[in-house]
Amino acid sequence: MPGAMPEVPDAGAVWSAEDVAPADIEEALRHLLQQQHARDDAHAPARVLNLVVVVDREWRGEIMNRLEQVGRYHASRTIVCTVDSRRETIDASVVMTVAADADAHELTMTRERVMLELGEKHLPKLDTIVDPLVVTDLPTLVWSPHGHPEAVDALLHLSQVVLIDSVNEPDAMSALRRAKELAEGAYVVDLAWLRTTPWRERVASTFDPPRWRPDLQRIDGVTIRHRPDSGVAGVLFFGWLASRLGWGTGTLMAVNGSVRGRAQGHRDEVELTLQPDPEQSAPGLAAVEIHTSSGMSISLDRGPGGLVARRRDHKGREQSWTVLGASRGEGGILGEGIRQALLRDPAYRRALDCGEALLR
Amino acid sequence: MAVVEQENPLVEGLERMPVHPTTLVIFGGTGDLAQRKLLPAIYNLAHEGALPERFNLIAVSRSDDSNEKYRAMARESIEKYSRRSPDAQVLDKLLEQVRYVPGTFDDDAVFSRLGEELGKFDEEAGVPFNRIFYLSTAPGFFALIAQKLGEHGLDQHDESDVRVVIEKPFGTRKSEAQALNRQVLSVLDESQVYRIDHYLGKETVQNVLAFRFANGMFEPIWNRNYIDYVQITASEDIGIGRRAGYYDSSGALRDLVQNHMLQLLTLLCMEPPVTFDADEVRDEKVKVLHAVEPPGKDAVVRARYTAGMAEGKEAVGYLDEEGVPEDSRTETYVALRLEVDNWRWAGVPIYLRTGKRLARKVTEIAVTLKPVPHLAFQAEGSVGVQPNQLVLTVQPNEGVSLSLGAKIPGTRLRIRPVNMEFLYGTSFLSQSPEAYERLIMDAMRGDPTLFTRNDEVEEQWRIIDPILEAWETDETPLAEYPAGSHGPEEADTILAPGHRWRAI
Repeated sequence: MPGAMPEVPDAGAVWSAEDVAPADIEEALRHLLQQQHARDDAHAPARVLNLVVVVDREWRGEIMNRLEQVGRYHASRTIVCTVDSRRETIDASVVMTVAADADAHELTMTRERVMLELGEKHLPKLDTIVDPLVVTDLPTLVWSPHGHPEAVDALLHLSQVVLIDSVNEPDAMSALRRAKELAEGAYVVDLAWLRTTPWRERVASTFDPPRWRPDLQRIDGVTIRHRPDSGVAGVLFFGWLASRLGWGTGTLMAVNGSVRGRAQGHRDEVELTLQPDPEQSAPGLAAVEIHTSSGMSISLDRGPGGLVARRRDHKGREQSWTVLGASRGEGGILGEGIRQALLRDPAYRRALDCGEALLR
Repeated sequence: MAVVEQENPLVEGLERMPVHPTTLVIFGGTGDLAQRKLLPAIYNLAHEGALPERFNLIAVSRSDDSNEKYRAMARESIEKYSRRSPDAQVLDKLLEQVRYVPGTFDDDAVFSRLGEELGKFDEEAGVPFNRIFYLSTAPGFFALIAQKLGEHGLDQHDESDVRVVIEKPFGTRKSEAQALNRQVLSVLDESQVYRIDHYLGKETVQNVLAFRFANGMFEPIWNRNYIDYVQITASEDIGIGRRAGYYDSSGALRDLVQNHMLQLLTLLCMEPPVTFDADEVRDEKVKVLHAVEPPGKDAVVRARYTAGMAEGKEAVGYLDEEGVPEDSRTETYVALRLEVDNWRWAGVPIYLRTGKRLARKVTEIAVTLKPVPHLAFQAEGSVGVQPNQLVLTVQPNEGVSLSLGAKIPGTRLRIRPVNMEFLYGTSFLSQSPEAYERLIMDAMRGDPTLFTRNDEVEEQWRIIDPILEAWETDETPLAEYPAGSHGPEEADTILAPGHRWRAI
């Protein structure tokens, strides 16, 4: 995880008001930026990304804590829309922030945080409130961790990227359908997918030496263990393998607490198994095991200092080693999600399509 | 059985491409560079999960240490110099894969033992690891180590690659660089040799290429028709510290101009390559060097700092620094005027200057455009109207600044220069990796783009060698400048009429 340097309010750069219109907030932002520059021209406003977060009032603290932990991946302007179902008016505050370790005499990047308190009735037209507040010409990322699909739908036309966490949806099928729906209008960054990145990198590495690449065509079984709520991450992983290896259609079905199924591989049918692992505390995958028809198997499990890899060859000889890497933690995953908003990963959409096809 | 090479379909979309299992061997594993830079860089790559899936490290050095003792030293270095606090579990696991081979570099037994250790790693894994030999030793050992690697059959390895990374300085004169190239290339193929210039590993230096070739607006003016002159500055505010032993035999010209500053010059002046493949880029860089004639005596100024004030404190002069010989004639400052004699740049002076104990630490490239042909505003009492200047700052505040003439608010049409500033840090979320992290990864991936090719290093020396030769017989007292100043007044003598040095 990147160094988690908290952002603190810049001295004197705070504004708040009750029952305001978006134009008042925009004017306050402009005024604070001018004031800040006049006070210290070593302060330079970061201009990378707008982040619009829609949160429930009672869970706002938790989300703010997560945002604090994203390390260096703070958005340059964060607009937090706190939803209180009964609220009729909009209250707002603006804080200009700097990194807590900023040196007073050194060039310092500043960021803006806009806090909006609004009601559910504002959500279907949230775009008209947020639009004047985003920095024009910067990509805008929308994240609504507590649902509120009407808010996301309203914001979709002014955002280029939507951040989701598919494990938060009630089941894998509805998670993938929602992700596909959103992907029609914006680029989707899915935290559930990002949690699979180290696993995908390692599987790709394991089969990368030319002498082992042909085994990719001989895969006949993949078993994934996952935290009980993270089955969708496993489905995305299957979808990734299916899309990259050109597997034919297959099916996944719930059987005795696990999800099992088959897909048509190049030479053999591939047996797919998802097993919930109650011991796994962090969201995401707990282990991946891949078998080939030539009798080879590889497995990856979480372990100290990285992933523990085991390879067994067709003669039954086994080797084990650690693939080094520090855990990113959930703060690091969110930071990675923000960073990914500026990149494009062509593999996700195909994995999503194949994953959904497996569940159909 | 023949191995059928096919694409790995799993790599699409991955930011980190798989790297073949690798064993990295550091010759000089207990040295200063290994402790301050290489070991922390390797740890940070491990922390980020960027190392090859299977990775081993072998350190070779003279100290009679054991594996355990070396691991303890490596742990201490990483804890002290890593850019992030190490994760204890990752560090433990990394150190488990470290072996130490003690001995001198002329001892055949060392290379036999090294071969055994490398073989053991391959055998245990059941796969031949790539082998990277990193020569982080005194330059006098480079050729010897290459020769010993050849004698012990370590220069090749079945089904995997062998590469040798060679630290700077690559020779101290042209003849030495040529001899070293001959010796190294009698054992290894050029494609196996990675001559490191850590400056090229800096994100900011690579940005010069992105700035030039990803933005169409600059190309039409990037030539002798619009550019009046160029200044490349690499100034440091610190003195030589405790490095008198190295610095006094090197001097500013060898320390910074021959390698880093000529790299900046080539990136600034090169033609757009067809692709960014290693040899395409390096071919274009070599063409630039080929077009540069060594400067005449009147185009070079050397100087050394005398006592002065730096950072509000008294600073001693170079000759009073610890370890500097009384009769030293080593320059701590050098300024030169070069020209790139080709279609694009002919007639455009390119000024290079570097020095220690100057007013400020800055590395920048300043491109001054020709003035507009007719300035009607001057009569209106404009102040300080200057030609446009584009400044690419490499460090410390990486960015681009463009000076423009703007109207002073009021009823009269008066002009004064203003700056349009862009700071890279404000527009990116990611932190740049340390130069050594990038370069070690590139060597492991087999990408030599950011390493110096043999002909490139020899061309660099072709430009620098005549200056050194002239200095050997020149008994004129060195120019001087007070510590903390902007350099010697004599530096102005190499400027063409109407040109001036930017304030440091």
